[in-house]
This record gives sequence, C-alpha cells and structure tokens, in this order.
Amino acid sequence: MNEVKKFAVDIRKETIKCIGNLGVGHIGGALSIVDVLAVLYGGEMNIDPKNPQKDDRDMLVCSKGHAGPAVYATLALKGYFPMEMLDTLNKPGTRLPSHCDMNRTPGIDMTTGSLGQGASSAMGIACANRLKGYNNYTYLILGDGEIEEGQVWEAAMFAAAKKLSHMIAFVDYNKAQIDDTPENLCALGDVAKKFESFGWFAQNVADGNDVEQISAAIAKAKAEAGERPSVIVLNTVKGKGYSKIEGSLGSHNMPVTAEMVEEAVAELDKAAAALA
Amino acid sequence: MSVKVAQNHAVSDKELRKEFCDTLLAMAAEDDKVVVLDADLMNAAGTKPFRAAYPERTFDCGVQEANMIGVAAGLSSRGFVPFTHTFGPFAARRACDQIFMSCAYAKQNVKVVGSDPGITAALNGGTHMPFEDMGIMSTIPEMTVVEPCDLVSVGKVTRLAKETKGCWYIRLHRKGAPTVYEEGTDFTVGKANLLKDGKDVTIIAMGYLVAEALKAAEALEKEGISARVLDMWCLKPLDEEAVLAAAKETGAIVTAENHNVKNGLGSAVASTLAQNCPAILEMVGVQDEFGEVGPTPYLAERFKLTADEIVAKVKKAVARKA
Repeated sequence: MNEVKKFAVDIRKETIKCIGNLGVGHIGGALSIVDVLAVLYGGEMNIDPKNPQKDDRDMLVCSKGHAGPAVYATLALKGYFPMEMLDTLNKPGTRLPSHCDMNRTPGIDMTTGSLGQGASSAMGIACANRLKGYNNYTYLILGDGEIEEGQVWEAAMFAAAKKLSHMIAFVDYNKAQIDDTPENLCALGDVAKKFESFGWFAQNVADGNDVEQISAAIAKAKAEAGERPSVIVLNTVKGKGYSKIEGSLGSHNMPVTAEMVEEAVAELDKAAAALA
Repeated sequence: MSVKVAQNHAVSDKELRKEFCDTLLAMAAEDDKVVVLDADLMNAAGTKPFRAAYPERTFDCGVQEANMIGVAAGLSSRGFVPFTHTFGPFAARRACDQIFMSCAYAKQNVKVVGSDPGITAALNGGTHMPFEDMGIMSTIPEMTVVEPCDLVSVGKVTRLAKETKGCWYIRLHRKGAPTVYEEGTDFTVGKANLLKDGKDVTIIAMGYLVAEALKAAEALEKEGISARVLDMWCLKPLDEEAVLAAAKETGAIVTAENHNVKNGLGSAVASTLAQNCPAILEMVGVQDEFGEVGPTPYLAERFKLTADEIVAKVKKAVARKA
C-alpha cells in the first residue's frame, strides 16, 4: 500500500500543479477524490494505459466531472498521455477540459459535467458490459452535493432492480459544496443508509482519504454484495493534502497562485518523504 | 432516389407502432447491438413483442426518463444502438439536458423516440401534447430531427436511424395514419420527398399534415392552382436545396406542421429563405399556444391543422404573389 500512498501524493502534486499552471480551478473536490483514484488506478482496476479502449477493461465514470484535473493527473502518471499535456488544462484547444470528456482525453470513459448524469451513464455501461458477457467492474464517483440531484436516485433504483452487481459507486462525502454544507442545503442524512434502503450494498469508510480503508471496502464489496450494486461512502476532506485549504468551502473553485503551488508541493514532498 | 406515392390514402389498418416494433425486431435479429429502453410506456409504444423476443436487450426503466436517457448513453458508449421511448414531452422537455450532454455532446448514438406528436396526444391533453419538442431537439447541435408520417416511412426512417451514426429525435405517431407512401420509397437524411409537383406554390408539410397537404393540393388543383407538395420528414438537417428550389420555381411557400410554428418547420423554412432567397411564406401550425384535451379531429379544427386551412393559406400566398 505504500506504493499506492506515494501514487496518491504524486497525483495530488500534479493536480495542484496543473490547476496552478492555469491559475484557477476546481481544486477542493479534485483533491478529495485522489485517494480513491490512487487505489483504483494503482492496482485495483484491470486497465491497459497503452490500450485505453481495451474492451473488457474496468471502467470509471467520474460523475463529478469538475474533478477532471485529478483524473487527468492520474491518467498522465499512468502513461495514458504525456505529462506535459497536463500543462494544457483548460487552455484553448486542450484535450483536458474542466469537466471529463471521453472524446477528448485518452482514458476517460464517459463525458460528465452536468451533475447526476454520470450515475445513469455508468449504469448503462454496466448493463452493456453484462450484455457483452464481461465480469469487469464499472466504478462511479459521485460528489456529495451531486447526490442532491434526483437523477442519482433514479439511477440507484434502476441499478438495484437490474441487479447491477458489478457496479461500485463512491460518494465523495467531503461535506462542502459551493454555497454551504450539504446538510444545510439539502439534509443528506445518512447517505449509506439511504442507498441501502434503495437496495444497495452500502459501506461507510471512516477515513475516505486512507487508501487502506478504501481498498478494504472495495474488497468487501466484491466479496459480499452478491447481486446488489455497491456504494462506498468516503468520508473525505475537501482540499485534502494542502492544509491551507483543507475543509474549506471556498476551495470548490478558487485561484491557485504559483506561491500556493510551491507551498503545497513542499507539503506533499514532506508527506512523500515520510512514506519512504 | 425513388419516391412512390400511394394512390389510395386510406388510414392503414396496421398501427404505426406495430411497424415500429416490427422494424426493431428485424434490426435486432440482424444486429445484436440493437437495444430498446422505455420509461414504463412499452405498452403504449407497442414494443412488448420486442421485450418478449429480446428480454436481455430490453431496459424498461420505470417512470424515470432522465435515467433512461443516461442509461442509453452508457450503452451507446459501449457500442450498442439504443432506441429509447417515452411520450414526446417527457423526452424533449424532461430529459433535455440528458439528451444534450450524455448523448449529443458526448457524441453518442442514441435514438430518442418521442410519441404522440402534437394533437395526436388527444385525450392525454395539454400536459402531454408536444408542440415544442422538435424546436427543443433542433437546438441541440448535430441532432437529427425527423417525423415519419405513415407506415412505410416509420419503417424506413427507423431503419435509417439505426444505420446513421449520431443522436436522433424521432417523432412517432402510434396509431393508424393515412397512407402516403408505397413500399420501395427511399429516404435519405436531409432530403425532402417530392410527393407532387406543381408550379404555383409549394406546400412543405411534416407528419400529421402531410396527408392534409395532399388533400389540399387536390382541392387546389380543381380551382386551377398547381401546388407542389414536399414531405419534409427530416426537419434537421433541413433540405435547404428543396426549399430554395421551391422558392425560385413556385414563388410562394406554405409550411404545415403539427407543432408550434415558432422553432418548428415554419421557423426553419423562414430562416433558410430569409438568408438565401426571400420569398412569400405562410405557415400552418400551432400559433404559439399550449395544447388542450380533446379528440384529434376536434383539436385539428381548434388549432387549424387541416387541409382547409392549408387551402386558405395557399390562396393567401398566391394572392400575395400578384
């Protein structure tokens, strides 16, 4: 797991650098999902960066499409495309737009951005993979604010009815939206229980930024969900890894200066050194 | 390209939804990538035989149009060719953003079928009566927007949708409809079908109004007015060539549609003419009103979607030429 932890540090550094290179971006919600990305792309998923379209690969729909920069950093580090491409984030003509786009970026499995929609397209992907006779997994990352969208719960009911057993969804429960906390805006309540009552195999991960806990929850989902789709609620910290912005509402989309990048990278280098 | 116009315009015994389902079944037999999705309206769409034949390729989602469209997008991203169905308003209005982003923007291959166009929603009333669906769908880049009008065209257009990559919105009348075409007619995306030639005026019609246009042309002939009739079954991409030829060769155009003239066929033809070849234009269609409940013949009178109204507008257009 040390390798995965190091991978997470690298993803964080590249995410912050590419957003900082532009000067502004969705940094908070990108950093909060880095650890689940590190687990998935650091060994959990059956993928081939040299053949991004391998038909029976495991797939990921990052439905909170604004976390694209974290996914791009992950894909670049895995060799889906050259690292230099990260410098083009959101610049004219880029293949790395703010929100994930399957037609522009090698390794992106679904176009997302309008919240809630990735939930349904992920279910469609899971249906398609089953029709093809594959046993591959479809992973889905939802934001906590995102699950305020009704479409997510339409998709949740659908997935249970159609017994999409090879669907594993994560809720990035970082407890901060754009305007306020989810509790103040929409009363999310017990997210895992909600999914459970919708027919899902639901787990809470106490520290959703701990790769060991994430990895264990995925293993448990694969072993115990049976015919049910799985959800793993990750209790995460928005802006995780850069202490200056951790847990702050303002980090959803914010200016990131060269000084901030320097500061964050130094902090992350320290974290990496501690792992060595 | 060959267009064979039926001599007898009697209403078909076979319902259009039966032809739709038969076509889906035939396509599914040839290609295991054809899948069907619905939002608890398979009975209405007449697609239960598809579910019986291909249960694993049928996804009845329950009453959740947004999710249905998203699931279709996911299936499409993996190479399947999904045909989704719900009533027109619930496709075009309720699932508009899903059709936009998950399907069209993501360059998928989803065929969105919206049934009960305009006044054919009849007893379901104004809440279910789409006079705006084609306008909404036409605004989405790269969408193909079509409305077959009879048995032959439903079969042909459904097949064409499957054979043409990209997102389509297909307006589907479910019940029997007057026969316009004979077997052997070819349909080409973006090409209007010439049903009758004429020199004084061109009636450009769609869907429910195609048969009315033929009736009107016959009545006008008796009064010495020679009307060309085009079936503009493909609203987008619009056959601009046919529109401009009509303007140049007949000097006046009357559009006829079972839809709001704003952002419908009337607007599309007007835009083409204004930019290329300004010509006399009259529009038969819904004049920016909501639908209401009632039998279709009553609603046809109520919203002036009749052969008589086409005749009146043609006379007005021809008079303006003088």
